[in-house]
Amino acid sequence: MRNPLADRIVEIKPSGIRKFFDIAQEMKDTISLGVGEPDFDTPWHIRDEGIYSLEKGKTFYTSNAGLKELREEIAEYLYRKQGIRYEHPMEEILITVGGSEAIDIGFRAMINPGDEVLIPQPSFVSYEPCAVMAGAKPVIIDLKEENEFRLTAAELEEAITDRTKILVLPFPNNPTGAIMERKDLEAIAEVILKHDIYVMSDEIYAELSYKEKHVSIAQLPGMKERTILINGFSKAFAMTGWRLGYACGPQAIIEQMTKIHQYAIMCAPTTSQYAAVEALRNGDRDVAEMCTAYNQRRRFLVHAFREMGLPCFEPYGAFYIFPCIREFGMSSDDFAMRFLKEEGVAVVPGTAFGDCGEGYLRISYAASLENLRTAMERLGHFLEKLRGERGDR
Amino acid sequence: MREELLALIEKNSRIDLGELAVLLGAGEAEVVSELSALEQEGIICGYHTMIDWEKTSREKVSALIEVRVTPQRGQGFDSIAERIYQYPEVQSVYLMSGGYDLMIILEGKTLREVSSFVSEKLSALESVISTATHFILKKYKDHGTVLSRKKEDERQMITP
Repeated sequence: MRNPLADRIVEIKPSGIRKFFDIAQEMKDTISLGVGEPDFDTPWHIRDEGIYSLEKGKTFYTSNAGLKELREEIAEYLYRKQGIRYEHPMEEILITVGGSEAIDIGFRAMINPGDEVLIPQPSFVSYEPCAVMAGAKPVIIDLKEENEFRLTAAELEEAITDRTKILVLPFPNNPTGAIMERKDLEAIAEVILKHDIYVMSDEIYAELSYKEKHVSIAQLPGMKERTILINGFSKAFAMTGWRLGYACGPQAIIEQMTKIHQYAIMCAPTTSQYAAVEALRNGDRDVAEMCTAYNQRRRFLVHAFREMGLPCFEPYGAFYIFPCIREFGMSSDDFAMRFLKEEGVAVVPGTAFGDCGEGYLRISYAASLENLRTAMERLGHFLEKLRGERGDR
Repeated sequence: MREELLALIEKNSRIDLGELAVLLGAGEAEVVSELSALEQEGIICGYHTMIDWEKTSREKVSALIEVRVTPQRGQGFDSIAERIYQYPEVQSVYLMSGGYDLMIILEGKTLREVSSFVSEKLSALESVISTATHFILKKYKDHGTVLSRKKEDERQMITP
């Protein structure tokens, strides 16, 4: 029989997370700090609005790009939160199936064969495969802990070639928890403008920023015209299962993205869109409450790591912390596997987010304080054991 | 820090002081002085424990009682409310808007105890015009805490 598969898909590496998942699933009393989604339920008034829309029989397709009132609310929200003005939400905003779809079709709408996409890593697992599937050549920029995993202008400058078309800017960052402050972004923007490239700014964690209010690169002069801003409802409003995100950008790009979306997806889930309107209109308090809780847990973990002597820069975004485990002389993968098997705590090795994540772990604090407490006790115990083993040799 | 501190101890008044300071990003001494200030100001009124008595062998009956009263000249509802809250079996007394004046939450050992309180003590008060007693059959959620069941984490164990 002929080979049924597409070579370029087969060549894509499967996610490194799978094997941990299988083992963790089998074990009893496992605490998972490996989850990349909020532990809160979607606030009730938002769920209620979804239910109400079903009761009213809102069970049909919406327009391809999404409900008009939702796109208008998003424009108003981005102006209110970040001062970015999308004056033509009908032409500049597209509602997608999660931020993930926006990443995928953003690349597909902009890439010509051989174009280079700059991807800072460690970062979310989708950028590289999506860029490859769109026919781009991914160029990885290894971010450094000494810079708190921020992207520097020098690193960017060094990676740019004649073929560079898009820079992916994933901040606040999954898995490191790094943020980019205004001054960092200004330095980046200068390089972007000089080389005439575009930015795909994935700001799905924008609401979860604990140092100062999140700054989008689209706020800076001349940048909105060359930025695809990606955001969504999953993290800010604890709505992962609703699968709803959006892309904002120049009309010409959004138009082509809408074309792909129209043929591949038709439209984002209708129920979710109605719920999202409610989230934007009346959800600020929920966001603030969840953000306060994450921030408390963040402080708890930073403190716990310091007590244990586990080196870690202080993260100010998302709900991840990224400690360094190099002193134990084992790979992230081995560390995470032993920690899971011996102590019953699941974390994700940094290498799942790029080769330069070697020597680090991603620990999610989208977990109850109670679970974090127990997990830190187990981690303390595990580190003592490892240090003992090393001392013996 | 004040409101964040209050929100935390409202959910867990037994939280370790050191941990409380870490969560708030403040010093322990600072938290201690804030706590005592809140107590002094009467903002923190007590540190109680939530108990689901249904799970114990102790018999307990709770009732909500709507009371209509004649307010007294110069004192409004205050003096009658004061009379009522002196009884130790009265857990709460609220002044209400709407169809009646006071809402009383009462706890007794038996049905008889509650009914005799209403008929012999409450109704006998001069300014009480009428009462309506509602017995609580089951508590599902109390003080923001769901009593009936623990929610399972339904998320996938590991996700990117």
